[in-house]
Amino acid sequence: MSKIWVFVELAKEEVSPISLEVMTGARGLGGELEAVVLNPQARLVTETLGEFGATTVYLGTDEAYGTHVAQPHAAVLASLVEQHRPDLLIFGATYDGRDICGHLSAQLGSTVVANATGISTAAGGFSVCSSIFGATLNVTTEVRGPTPCVLVRPKSYQAVGFGGPPPRLVEVSLPAGSPLGARRLESVVAPTSGPKLEEARVVISGGRGLQEPSNFALLDQLASQLQGAVGASRAVVDAGWVPYARQVGQTGKTVKPDLYIACGISGAMQHTVGMKSAGHIVAINRDRDAPIFKLSDLGIVGDVLKVLPALIEELRARGLEPQ
Amino acid sequence: MVLDPGDAYGVEAGLRIAEATAGEVVAISMGGEQAVDVVRKAMAMGAASGIHICDPLLAGADALTTARALAAAVRSSAAELVIACTESTDGYTGTVPAAVAELLGWPSLTFAKKLEVEGRTVLIHRQTPNGHDVVEADLPAVVTVTGGINEPRYPTLKGIMGARGRPLERLDLSGLGMDADLIAEEQGHQRVTLIQPAPQRDAGRIVEDDGSAALVIAEYLAELKLI
Ligand SMILES: Cc1cc2nc3c(=O)[nH]c(=O)nc-3n(C[C@H](O)[C@H](O)[C@H](O)COP(=O)(O)OP(=O)(O)OC[C@H]3O[C@@H](n4cnc5c(N)ncnc54)[C@H](O)[C@@H]3O)c2cc1C
Repeated sequence: MSKIWVFVELAKEEVSPISLEVMTGARGLGGELEAVVLNPQARLVTETLGEFGATTVYLGTDEAYGTHVAQPHAAVLASLVEQHRPDLLIFGATYDGRDICGHLSAQLGSTVVANATGISTAAGGFSVCSSIFGATLNVTTEVRGPTPCVLVRPKSYQAVGFGGPPPRLVEVSLPAGSPLGARRLESVVAPTSGPKLEEARVVISGGRGLQEPSNFALLDQLASQLQGAVGASRAVVDAGWVPYARQVGQTGKTVKPDLYIACGISGAMQHTVGMKSAGHIVAINRDRDAPIFKLSDLGIVGDVLKVLPALIEELRARGLEPQ
Repeated sequence: MVLDPGDAYGVEAGLRIAEATAGEVVAISMGGEQAVDVVRKAMAMGAASGIHICDPLLAGADALTTARALAAAVRSSAAELVIACTESTDGYTGTVPAAVAELLGWPSLTFAKKLEVEGRTVLIHRQTPNGHDVVEADLPAVVTVTGGINEPRYPTLKGIMGARGRPLERLDLSGLGMDADLIAEEQGHQRVTLIQPAPQRDAGRIVEDDGSAALVIAEYLAELKLI
């Protein structure tokens, strides 16, 4: 039976959503599923990992996993992989996941497939589906050699636990003399309110078509009526209208809400890659030929600065007061 | 030293540090003729020299092989700081810069939206999903920068003319001192078996706003039971 490892990350004191998605996908491969979690708080999540199918959890709680970026994690992973030789090592495609995977692959001589959206078993190994060119092409790659690594895009799988039993725990410690690399001095979290962009059922995003930063207030109002979150195109993030945390797309967040409303966004593929799997898409754009209309279920050709206030009024008339 | 100068942010970041520290920027890119163009453009912006890595054995190289070639090129120079652009060709893969750092035995500082070099210390603001971390390391180091970190300069005519006289070296596997057998073996670790267009969504209804668009959207939201 093949042995599949998942590198698990934490968000606050819980398993991060992407790690649960990856665990779910990995479980579907039918091998022995084991998890590695390197975090001072690792102990808090071992039961959850059992519920998601891990039979063994390798856990490291050294402070260095918080005070340093990527290298302590890669060092301990390298020694664990050399000892246990898993057949596949899967990461979520996060900032830390990519860095750890990069350092590790060079230590192990492992090949890496990034942007994965699915993994399946193939004769003598695994076959990874990844998407390139703004998710317009799907590439299937067979991987071989010493423990291949895969980086899975957010929302590629839907996280489902199955009530698995508590896993066997194996404590691991940082090999003596490991280089620790870059030091994390401080974490600054930008304040946000309302539902999280990646989790909201409704996402309302704005682009350059909103003309001015102050017009984002319209999106905030509409979001409060629909209990949604506000997203943005990179054009307006780079222009400093809204913080990066709101950016949807290739270099921002991937969202999969029931409804995505694109307001004054042209629909560049680097944007649509982050929202094209929304349940329903509504676009408001004054250019009839805007590419966003090619993937919207309902396209409104019109001035967003007229349509949005009218929509807010219409919803108010139906009893939804903006906050 | 700027790797893969395909987007101008990294070149600009390198030039600013070089200007402040009396240093020099070397532009490195790997690939076909397109890669020469990006090196030339970086030189027109102000890079002192360029390296173009090109070898038939490197065609279709995976992230690790790419990193091996880039690290070899870095070793052949006296660079102490490598800047890579997170968002150009390999940006989407994203493991190359960290692998380069590992091969060199240097720390990596990634996703910088702000970058400062003070003496022997590199300090960045590393982008996170909901803010940023302040991260620092000592030189030599590998840094990756995100788009928007600076406003890249445009190459001037003078820059373009000046770049013509500067050295642009072309290196293949043996020039880089790389082990062709290892590369050939590692290339076998990945095999693309299928490339196909991703299923696309169909365009739906398009409505010209004649003053009734808000009503149309509200009806649609009601249909979806979202209101
Ligand atoms: C490597 C790389 C990574 C990238 N990553 C991302 C990413 O993660 N996310 C992202 O979004 N982009 C990303 N981009 C940028 C992307 O290519 C586009 O430039 C960006 O998405 C455009 O933003 P926009 O739609 O707001 O602006 P524009 O393309 O300028 O579009 C504005 C739209 O508003 C419409 N409009 C104007 N006025 C009105 C009005 N009054 N009413 C209605 N409509 C109006 C216009 O018709 C136009 O369609 C990336 C690019 C690169 C090269």
